[in-house]
Amino acid sequence: MHSNLSRRTFLKYTVTGVGLTIAAGLTPIGLRLANATGGEDKQPLDFKPNAFIEIHPDNTVTVLVGQTELGQGSHTGLAMLVAEELEADWKLVGVRQAPAAEEFKDPFMKMQITGGSTSIRHRYDLLRKAGAAAREMLIQAAAMTWEVPTAECMAADSRVIHKKSDRNMTYGELSLKAAELMVPQDPALKKASLFKIIGTHRERFDIPAKVEGTATFGIDITVPDMCIAVVAHPPGYGMKAESYDSAAAKKVRGVLAVHPIESGVAVCAETLNAAFDGRDALNIKWSSGSHPNLDDKTVEKLYYEAIKKPGAVARNDGDVNLALGQASTQHEATYFLPYLAHATMEPMNCTAYIAKDRCQIWAPTQTQTGVQAAGATISGLPPEKVDVITTYCGGGFGRRTETLVVVEALQLSKALGRPVKVIWTREEDFKNDFFRPGILCRIKGGLDAEGRLSAWSHKVASSSIMSRVFPQFVKDKIDPSAVEGITDMDYSIPNVYAEYVMLEMPIPVGFWRSVGNSSNPFAVESFIDEMAHLGRKDPLEFRLGMLKSNARGRRVVEMLAEKSAWGKPIKKGQGRGMALRTSFGSTVGHVVEVSVDKTSGQITVHRIICVLDCGPAVYPDAIRAQMEGGVIFGLSAALKEKVRFSKGGVLTANYDDYPILTMSETPEIEVHIVKSDEKIGGVGEPGVPPVAPALGNAIFDAIGVRIRHLPMTPENVLSAIKRA
Amino acid sequence: MISLNVNGQGYQVDVPSGVPLLWVLRDYLHLTGTKYSCGIGECGACTVLIDDQIERACTVPVQDVNGSQIITIEGIAKNHPVKRAWVLEQVPQCGYCQSGQIMQAVSLLKDNQNPDEDEIIAAMDDILCRCGSYPRIKRAIKTAVELQRKEG
Repeated sequence: MHSNLSRRTFLKYTVTGVGLTIAAGLTPIGLRLANATGGEDKQPLDFKPNAFIEIHPDNTVTVLVGQTELGQGSHTGLAMLVAEELEADWKLVGVRQAPAAEEFKDPFMKMQITGGSTSIRHRYDLLRKAGAAAREMLIQAAAMTWEVPTAECMAADSRVIHKKSDRNMTYGELSLKAAELMVPQDPALKKASLFKIIGTHRERFDIPAKVEGTATFGIDITVPDMCIAVVAHPPGYGMKAESYDSAAAKKVRGVLAVHPIESGVAVCAETLNAAFDGRDALNIKWSSGSHPNLDDKTVEKLYYEAIKKPGAVARNDGDVNLALGQASTQHEATYFLPYLAHATMEPMNCTAYIAKDRCQIWAPTQTQTGVQAAGATISGLPPEKVDVITTYCGGGFGRRTETLVVVEALQLSKALGRPVKVIWTREEDFKNDFFRPGILCRIKGGLDAEGRLSAWSHKVASSSIMSRVFPQFVKDKIDPSAVEGITDMDYSIPNVYAEYVMLEMPIPVGFWRSVGNSSNPFAVESFIDEMAHLGRKDPLEFRLGMLKSNARGRRVVEMLAEKSAWGKPIKKGQGRGMALRTSFGSTVGHVVEVSVDKTSGQITVHRIICVLDCGPAVYPDAIRAQMEGGVIFGLSAALKEKVRFSKGGVLTANYDDYPILTMSETPEIEVHIVKSDEKIGGVGEPGVPPVAPALGNAIFDAIGVRIRHLPMTPENVLSAIKRA
Repeated sequence: MISLNVNGQGYQVDVPSGVPLLWVLRDYLHLTGTKYSCGIGECGACTVLIDDQIERACTVPVQDVNGSQIITIEGIAKNHPVKRAWVLEQVPQCGYCQSGQIMQAVSLLKDNQNPDEDEIIAAMDDILCRCGSYPRIKRAIKTAVELQRKEG
């Protein structure tokens, strides 16, 4: 079947390639492919593509990628998908960061966004098909050139070969001829057993520049005539600048302008140090704010009050009250998790220039669509006249799906009529973060006479991310991100009831690596462990008993048992704990080995064994890196992290009062990838959720004390020991 | 005017006294490989070598290094064993902290040709990575030691 693209004009194609360009799109009627080679007589496409690959006359292959390379290795992984099916010589394959455009929106999320661990899994079929289509066209072009049947030609290492006549041509030589051919709509994909690139070791494209110090991050952007701005943000929620000394700031050498914006007071200067000095001279008097008494104690108090209120029902299987009534053992526990900061190493920044008929934005961002929309709104220009240049990002973890700093740069450029780079200080970055919400979970469980988990009643109170970010996803007072991990537990339990209390807080909350999966599984997997111990069952066997209809989960747990030598004695004084969680399409289990100094409350984590089933493992080294990073991210949160509040605002200001995990605290991490034919899953986030509960369960195994209050600082561990 | 020697090159910079070396490197000399992250000497992203000692450029007033030999990431040769080991072990994720990590590792190997695991951890423990590249940093330093040994 071939597609005819001659008439309808749903989309004006905007990327011009030299040689052969293939567009691929996931449409409501299935995957579509098109020959999108540019030129005078180029045809408009009749579907919206989500990806493009280019085969150039110089024999190189370029994959255009709309998603952001955050260090997760997705740019390289996406190129691997194309190269595999194209039979390309890996040395000739590269990627180009695409601009913000309709064409590069995620086929499922309908936004150009890098989140939800989706970059590879949402393009696994799409890019392989695009590569396969190009391969078939190149073979056809060669067969036509040599006047031989296509079946006699084969492709390998960026060449088409005709063995019979001992002839071959490179893809570059064939690209112009192939560009004149129709695209096969259903090219054959290779069998996984024939993969030569997928599943193999590759070096990441972005690493050499990051090692040389030449990779351009947002903060490194310089454009002609640019000035630099810092913004003094209010020190508390709802505060406004009542007065400030603009004249004093302007006296500072190099200060160009003082400009109030919605989010604070900006000082624009020729250099950053001048902007800092100008800001310090402002002497701002702030109004008293909306919640002047907000501090750590009141935050927790609000949670404990909220959990008493009736919530919205998020899940109701069977009859939990009846099952609890009939249970031979009943148990209840409460878990509290604090607000967490992203603490990306590169603080928020953005460079923007609103000119008369064009707007340019240079941003380390996870949301090209959000940045472009902000540009269009503030400049008054249509989105297609807003250019988004995505830079490397010094960490993302969800933080860069927010656009406040982009808005600030745009507002200032509009006011000053020149390019402006806004840089937040580390302190501004902590104090104005969109935090991982604190949560409080209260769970009641029941075991039947055989010690099986028969009832699970779960109430969760937390502030809502979706209500602000994507209110359309909030239905019947349920924020789906606040109940993930509870409504979609890995285990089969006959009677499950879940209730959500949406807490109104002045503290803004946002996506933080694995979102609700970063918090709820701590409560769920800790409580599972508590119930196993109450029923005198081995926690791993107890879980297997509830995974009878979850083959993927069962395999991960079984491999975890084998790799951790579960059941065999552990070193004296150490404890071992496990946890499991399926999120973002992948199933991950960890076993943590730990020891606890009962006098100081100090925890030492010796080893973490991680087992992952992500379906086809496209780029194993990047997957391992994401598991290592996810484990460390999760361990850092579990052991150390907590945002502090005081006087109606954020007290936490820098890494000295928000310590993150260091090398000496990092255990040995073993990653095992299950060989799997399951559906492809994500890898950026799923390593995080099981860390905290596996650690808590290991501590219980070591000293018989439950930690239900994060972080597991020596102070919190000691108070748990005292209470026990 | 302040005289600076960075990566073997002399510069005359018109910058007010008290400005941290970090901003002078980045904004005046356009050597942006050295990164800003905390501004208080807590994270190590801005680590440079000053007269062979590791320093946090965000806490060094520029006038204090008048006449000193400053080495930044741009001044470490591409074929330096540490840089090669960083590629071999695929260390960086986001990469933002890596200039500082590499500078600190270069300094470690200058002082100690064959550090053991504990010495590596002690030398690298005060430099933060939010992506969690620590296991690979450790491995890369061991690889760099091997490269150095093989090549004398």
